[in-house]
Amino acid sequence: MISSKNFHKYFYTVDNDWYKRRLFGIMIAVFATFGILAARLFYLQIIQGDNYFKMSKNNCIRIQRVKPVRGLIFDRNGKLLVENRPSFDLNIIPCDARPIQQTLDKLSLYVPELADEINEKINKNKFRYSYRPVLLKKDIGRDALAPIASHRFELPGIIIDTNACRNYIYDALSSHLIGYLGEINVKELKSGIYRYKEGGDFIGRYGVEKAYDSYLSGIPGGRIVQVNANGQVVNVLDTVEPEPGNNLFLTIDFHLQSIAEAQLQGKVGAIVAMDPSSGEILAMASSPTFNQNDFINGISSDQWHRLVSDPNRPMMNKAVQGVYPPASIYKVVTAIAGLEEGVIDENTTFYCPGSYQYGNRVFGCWKKQGHGKVNVVKALTQSCDVFFYHVGKKIGVDRLAGYAKRCGLGSQTGINLDHESAGLIPTAAWKKRRTGISWQGGENLSIAIGQGYNLVTPLQLAVLYGAVANGGTEFKPQILKLIQTVEGKIVKISQPEIIGKLPVSRRTMGLIRKGLREVVHNKHGTAHSYVYDDDIDISGKTGTAQVVSRKTEKDRQNKKNNVSYESHAWFVGYAPTENPEIVVSVLIEHGIHGSSGAGPIAKEMIVSYLSGMIDNSIITSEK
Amino acid sequence: MFDRRLLNYFDWGLLAITLLICVMGLVLLYSAVSIDDSSCQLSIFYKQIFWIGLGLVIMVFSFIFSYTHLDKWAPAIYICSMILLVCVHLVGKHAGGSTRWLAIGPFTLQPSEPIKIAVIIMLARYFAHNVQMTGITFRRLLIPMALTAIPFVLVATQPDLGTAGTILLIAVSIAIFAKIDRRTLICFVLVAIIAIPVGWRMMKPYQKERVLTLLAPDRDPLGAGYHIRQSKIAVGSGLIFGKGYMQGTQKKLSFLPEQHTDFIFSVLAEEWGFAGSMFLLFMYLLLIAFALNIAHGCRDSFGTILSVGVAAMIFWQVFINMGMVMGLMPVVGMPLPLISYGGSSVFTMFIGIGLLMNVSMRRFTK
Repeated sequence: MISSKNFHKYFYTVDNDWYKRRLFGIMIAVFATFGILAARLFYLQIIQGDNYFKMSKNNCIRIQRVKPVRGLIFDRNGKLLVENRPSFDLNIIPCDARPIQQTLDKLSLYVPELADEINEKINKNKFRYSYRPVLLKKDIGRDALAPIASHRFELPGIIIDTNACRNYIYDALSSHLIGYLGEINVKELKSGIYRYKEGGDFIGRYGVEKAYDSYLSGIPGGRIVQVNANGQVVNVLDTVEPEPGNNLFLTIDFHLQSIAEAQLQGKVGAIVAMDPSSGEILAMASSPTFNQNDFINGISSDQWHRLVSDPNRPMMNKAVQGVYPPASIYKVVTAIAGLEEGVIDENTTFYCPGSYQYGNRVFGCWKKQGHGKVNVVKALTQSCDVFFYHVGKKIGVDRLAGYAKRCGLGSQTGINLDHESAGLIPTAAWKKRRTGISWQGGENLSIAIGQGYNLVTPLQLAVLYGAVANGGTEFKPQILKLIQTVEGKIVKISQPEIIGKLPVSRRTMGLIRKGLREVVHNKHGTAHSYVYDDDIDISGKTGTAQVVSRKTEKDRQNKKNNVSYESHAWFVGYAPTENPEIVVSVLIEHGIHGSSGAGPIAKEMIVSYLSGMIDNSIITSEK
Repeated sequence: MFDRRLLNYFDWGLLAITLLICVMGLVLLYSAVSIDDSSCQLSIFYKQIFWIGLGLVIMVFSFIFSYTHLDKWAPAIYICSMILLVCVHLVGKHAGGSTRWLAIGPFTLQPSEPIKIAVIIMLARYFAHNVQMTGITFRRLLIPMALTAIPFVLVATQPDLGTAGTILLIAVSIAIFAKIDRRTLICFVLVAIIAIPVGWRMMKPYQKERVLTLLAPDRDPLGAGYHIRQSKIAVGSGLIFGKGYMQGTQKKLSFLPEQHTDFIFSVLAEEWGFAGSMFLLFMYLLLIAFALNIAHGCRDSFGTILSVGVAAMIFWQVFINMGMVMGLMPVVGMPLPLISYGGSSVFTMFIGIGLLMNVSMRRFTK
C-alpha cells in the first residue's frame, strides 16, 4: 500500500498504522463528548422539558434592579443634614398593561390630578413591546397612592415602586456647598464614568453631592423574580443586595452655618469660616440661595430659568466662584512685599495729606483730611491708602505679583468643589498680552491698595488670613471630615494639606499681626467700632471695593433702574489673636463700607463660635 | 500548479455537509434577527450571506495549492499572524470592554479567529518533524509550548478568554494526538495539580471572583447567571419537535443579548426541538468524522496532523458553544462554527475546511 520510493521529505519514524490507532482513539473521545451533549439535550428537552415549557409560556422570569440607598450627609458634629425619604413612583409595564389606553383611562379616572401629566408622557413615549417598566411619574405622594393601591387589580401592569429620594432636611441650608442631584443624561451614561447608573437615575450635579458622588451613590443590586400574568411578583428566585452608599461627615458646623445663612438674609454676598490650623471649612454660605428640594424630582424649566436669570446669581457659590477686587484686604500683601523686599521697614514713615500726586493725576486717600505721619502698623490700622501708594510705586507690579502668588492669590485653592475661580493677579506682561497696552506707572498705585485688575475669591482671602493667623502656613480648604460605611467603618478621613507658606520672616509677621490687631483694638482702627469685643481678642482687616471707577452716562441710567454701583464691603479676620481657632471672610456686594457692611457679620460669626453659644458636646459623631 | 485530475478526488461529501450546516445556519439566523420589523436587524442576515459567499471563495483559495507548501510557509504565516495580534493591542478597536477588532476600511476583522489556523499550521509543522512512536519528551515540547503561549497571552489579554482557551485546547489536542512521553505527561499533570492552588492564592479577590463567576454563573445571577437561566428555558421549552420555525417565545423577548451570535443554538433548540438539535449535532459529528477520515487517509505526518488540528478546532468550538448554551460550560465568547453570525469566524471555518479538502484531494499524489 505504501510505496517507499516516492516518499515526501518527511520521513516518518512512525508508520501509518500507528496514526490509525491514534485516530481511532480520538474518534471514540469525540463520540463520547457528543454523547454528553446529546444526553444534556435529552435531559433539558425531554425530561425537564415540560417545566421549561411552562416557564417560557408565562414569560415569567424577570430581572429587577434594586437601587442602592444614597449615603447620608452630616455636619462635623454628626448632625444629619441630608437624608432619604420614600418616594412612590408610578410605573407601567406596557406588555402587562395591554390594552394600554384602557388601563390609562382607568388610571386617569382614579387619580384625575395626574391625568394630564401621564397623557403627556405617554404621547412622548411611543411604547414598545416591552416588559421593562416605564416611569410615568416620580414621587406621586400619599394622596395619589391610596386610590391606585386600592384599585390595583383593575390596573394591570401599573406598578408602584417605592424608592428612596433625597431629602434636604433644612431648606436652602448650605445649598451651594452641599449641592443637588439631577437626572443622568445620555452622554454621561455613555461616558463610562457612572458604571452602575442607568437612565432615570440621579447623580450629583453640584457641590458635595457631585464631588463625592462615587462614595455616596452605592452599588445597585437586583432580583430575579417570577411574575404572574398581571406582572406582579409572585416569587423571588435570586437576590443580590444593593450596597448602600457611604455616609459623609462634612467639616461645616450646623449652628455656625445657620448663623451665616441668617446673617446673609436679604443681602447679596458670601461668608467663609475656616479653622486656620487645619483648613477645615466651618461654614460656607452664599446669598441669595436656592432650595435643593426643588431639584429632587427634576426642576421645572420655569423654575430653572428664574434661578439662572436672576441678576443676583443665586446658583453661584460666591464664596468659591465669585471674584471681587480685594481692596484694602490686599494691603497685607503689599505690606509683606514692602517689608520683605526692604522697600520699607518698621520705622519707615510717609506723610499722608489725604491724597497723593502721581504725574498729573491725583490719587486720593479714603480719609480726605489725611492720616499725617504713618508707619506700616498705623497704615494697616487706619488703612491709609497714601502709605501704600508709596510702597506700590517703589515695589512695582511684577515684584508685588510674585508675593501675591506666594500668598495663594491668583490660583485655585484646590477645594473639592466645582468651578472654583482662580481670581487674577496682574503682571505687566499679562496686561500687555491681554490689552496690548503697556503697564502704566500709575497702575502700581491702584494695585497696591487692591484695586485695578486684582480679583480674588472670599475663600482665597480666608486661606491667606488663616495663614497669617497660624503663623504662615497656607492650608488647603477642606469640606470633608470623613467618609464612613453604613456599618461605621471609616473609608476615608481628611488630613490637613499644606499648599504653601507665606513669604514672610518672623519679624514681618509680627508687624502684620500687630497691625491687624490694632484695626480692631485701636480706637482709630477702621473696624474698632463695629468689630471690637470685650471678651474675645479679634484681629482683622476691612476693605471697601470700588465697583466702577468712572461712572458713565449709561451707568447713571442703570442706577435709575436700581442697579447698584455702591462699593462692595469686605471684612476678613481671625480670633482669638493668639492661637486662633477661626478665620472668617465676609463679602457683601454693595455693602458700602467694609467696617459697617461686613464687620458686624464677621463679629457675629466669631463671637457665636467662640463664646460657647455653640455647644459641640451634645451631639457626638456616632451614628 | 493545479492538476485537473485532482478534481476527481474532490471531497464532495465534505462540501455537502458544510453547505448543509451553512444553510441551516442562515435559516436560523433569519429567525433570530426577525424579532421586530426593523431593517437593521435583517441586514445582519444579508451580511452573513455575503460572508458565506466570500468564505466559499476563500475555501477555494485554501485548496488550489498543495498543502505541502504550507510546511515551508508556516513560520512566515505564524510571524505575520503574531504581528497582526500585536497590532490589535496597539491600534485595535475597542468595544464592549475589550479590544479585539482591527478596522480595515469599512470592515472590521477579528484576527484572533484566523490566528487559530496559523497556530494549527505551525504546530503541524513542528510535530510532523518531531513525532516519535515512544512519545515526545519534555525538551522537545518547549518550542510548541512557546508557540502556543504567545498567541494565547496576546488573545487572552484582549481580553478574549473564549478564543484563547480554544487555541490552548487545539494545541493540547494536537500534542496528545502526536503522543507525549508518558513520564512527561505525568509531570505535566503533577505540575498542574500543584500550580492551581498556588496560583489561586496569588490572585487578588476580584480576580478570584471573576474566575468563580466564569465557572459557576450562578454567582452572578444578574449577569451570566441570568443569561444561562434564560438560555436553559429556551432550550428546554423546545421539547421534542420545537415550537415551530419563527415561533420561539424566548427568542422574541430578546432575553439573550447574543441571540444571533454565541447563543444562536438556543433559537434552534427552542424552535426545532430535540429533533432539530440532534440533527445539527449529528451534522457536526459527521463533519468531524470526515476531518478525521481525511487525516486517516493522508500519508504524510504534516497533512495528518493538520487535519487533526482542524478537526480539533471544530470539535472544541461546537462542544464549548453548545455546552455553554445548555448550561454545562462557563459563559465565554465562542461562536458556533458556520452558524453564528460573524465574518471572521465564518472565514476561519472555511479556511479550515478548505485545508481539509486540500489534504483530501491530494491523498494519492505524492
